[in-house]
Amino acid sequence: MNIHEYQGKAMFKRYGVPVLEGVHCTTAEDALAAYDHLGSKVVAVKSQIHAGGRGKGNLYAPETGDLVMEGGVKIAFSREEVGTYAANILGNVLVTIQTGEEGKLVRNLYVESGCAIEHEYYLALLVDREAKSVLVMASTEGGMDIEEVAEATPELIHKIHVDPSAGLLGFQSRDLADALGLSGAAAKAFRRTLGALYTCFVENDCAMMEINPLVRTEDDAIVALDAKVSFDENAHFRHAAAWDEVRDLSEEEETEIRAAEAGLSYVKLDGNIGCLVNGAGLAMATMDVIKLKGGEPANFLDVGGGANEEQVTTAFSIILEDPNVKGILVNIFGGIMRCDIIARGVIGAVENLGLDVPLVVRLAGTNVDEGKAILAASTLNIHPADDLADGAERIVALIGGGEA
Amino acid sequence: MAIWIPEHAKVIVQGITGRQGRFHADKMVEYGTAIVGGCTPGKGGQTVELQGKDFPVWNSVRDAVTATDADATVIYVPPPFAGEAIMEAAEAFDAIKGEGVIVCITEGIPILDMVKAAAYVEQRPGIRLIGPNCPGIITPGEQGGAKIGIMPGHIHAKGRIGIVSKSGTLTYEAVAQTMSIGEGQSTCVGIGGDPVNGTGFIDCLAAFETDPQTEAIVMIGEIGGNAEQEAAAYAAEHVSKPIVGFVAGSTAPPGKRMGHAGAIISGGKGTAEEKFEAFRAAGIACANDPSEIGQVLLKALQDAGLRD
Repeated sequence: MNIHEYQGKAMFKRYGVPVLEGVHCTTAEDALAAYDHLGSKVVAVKSQIHAGGRGKGNLYAPETGDLVMEGGVKIAFSREEVGTYAANILGNVLVTIQTGEEGKLVRNLYVESGCAIEHEYYLALLVDREAKSVLVMASTEGGMDIEEVAEATPELIHKIHVDPSAGLLGFQSRDLADALGLSGAAAKAFRRTLGALYTCFVENDCAMMEINPLVRTEDDAIVALDAKVSFDENAHFRHAAAWDEVRDLSEEEETEIRAAEAGLSYVKLDGNIGCLVNGAGLAMATMDVIKLKGGEPANFLDVGGGANEEQVTTAFSIILEDPNVKGILVNIFGGIMRCDIIARGVIGAVENLGLDVPLVVRLAGTNVDEGKAILAASTLNIHPADDLADGAERIVALIGGGEA
Repeated sequence: MAIWIPEHAKVIVQGITGRQGRFHADKMVEYGTAIVGGCTPGKGGQTVELQGKDFPVWNSVRDAVTATDADATVIYVPPPFAGEAIMEAAEAFDAIKGEGVIVCITEGIPILDMVKAAAYVEQRPGIRLIGPNCPGIITPGEQGGAKIGIMPGHIHAKGRIGIVSKSGTLTYEAVAQTMSIGEGQSTCVGIGGDPVNGTGFIDCLAAFETDPQTEAIVMIGEIGGNAEQEAAAYAAEHVSKPIVGFVAGSTAPPGKRMGHAGAIISGGKGTAEEKFEAFRAAGIACANDPSEIGQVLLKALQDAGLRD
């Protein structure tokens, strides 16, 4: 789960991570009031969306698609500029390298005081899956695309792994400060900041924290100029109230939220063959095979290990909401889930929803013969398939796509 | 011989009095797994009926292992308590026997809990953790066998193919594929789809390589991370037995979590293409489609002189 920069900075502030003073705004008037309140000659006017690359992104008018402004993060030197930038940002669509072509509508803005930057660094905390520990990554090359830095000059990225039982140790942050060439007051401020960030990371079950840039000011202070924070959704039960408060549902796919509420895992894609599968790996493989057979999957959908008829119905209705869907492939390998139950679920869902696109059902595993018999006895137009490849070929042929 | 879990391994169930624990314990007994009881804090002294027989419940893993000399435990406790359940089991096996296998089925454990639990297990070299968020491990026997997890037992048969996979249902698919060419399995290990887990691909490859019963290996990966690439590099150096590989997620969009917490392409890394590439470079025979695993395996066995 992602949060906005302004929310991440509010959290940082509570942990003693130095941030500049800023105000969250939703209108251009708010932005002007924020400018007056901050009393800083120079302010940053920053689009708030759940995607990176905002500074180099472009803003477009949602109706016409016309370019409104280049850059989703602007430095304003006057009250007028704040008003102009805010008006250009709010209500328009920001397209960055991370949003895809469709971009994201900007509803939130952050107006932040300026500071005198001496140097920009990169700092990130994340869980390193291979090392099975929290990894701290830092670089002197802040303000740039870190993947490019990693590619071109990997020696400029410094890493430390934190032993979960020992926590972040003093020598580790000293080593990192040294590696960044920090000394004196700046080194001390960096170590304090890193300690606060680590505590914040662990206490809030973060999945990732990226600060790009973290800056050293002319007077040797360390300040987090950005805050990209995401939480580990598995830990929601520990932070339910706090996370529900900062969660911005408008930044998420509405159908994906509804699917999650029904215990389904759904991701919308661009193709026209809907898929309903049990198990994440098999669901991905089903999409892959559809593509291999010349079709395009419309979605990823995992109904989980113990789906009931109601969930199957919800799954069908979610798939069918997508106007691109021209056919559906159901692929179930029954383990705990019995094929006869799935077969009844499919028939129930089809009867309820009145399906008017071709449906191919492939069943295997527990009670497969009963399941197939139930489907065969139904008067509904359901095409049985023997295996995954056969199922994919059939649905591709039925919608008239692929090599046929 | 199989790997880690012999056919007659004695198994306890953590969370045996819960709905999931009881349901799956019953299925395991039905399959023939030597379940010797289970534990649920505060319910020690009770019994649980599985397949018409009463099984004892202890308060702790320590009590259960002391009483039964169990070889393995399987965890069905809910996510908030699962990390600690792993550590409790690791501590108990280590203190009492110096060894033991922990199979954690639970999905949805917070990643930082797993960071802690994995480190705790790694500090105890005799302890092996399989999972979490996995179907478990099964060693099919002549009759019955050891099914420790949630997989449908009846699709398996004893044989010479070792299977390792991140995914549950895709493992079943692989099992069915081996059966379609008349081959059974030595051991099938579901290592799970979480970003931080216990046993990995390399542990499985190493164990299959030294297991006399295993003559070929099926390895099934998915997008996210680089465990498959590392496993491929390991296989090229250290595994002489034929390997058949598949990776799910060729069509997955970047930046989206595909069901499993670990199945995400981030920063353009961890794509299926990258992993297939690594497999091929290591001489692993790849199936483009899980329905082809049987035929690719058959050819690999023939090429190795293991089938006519």
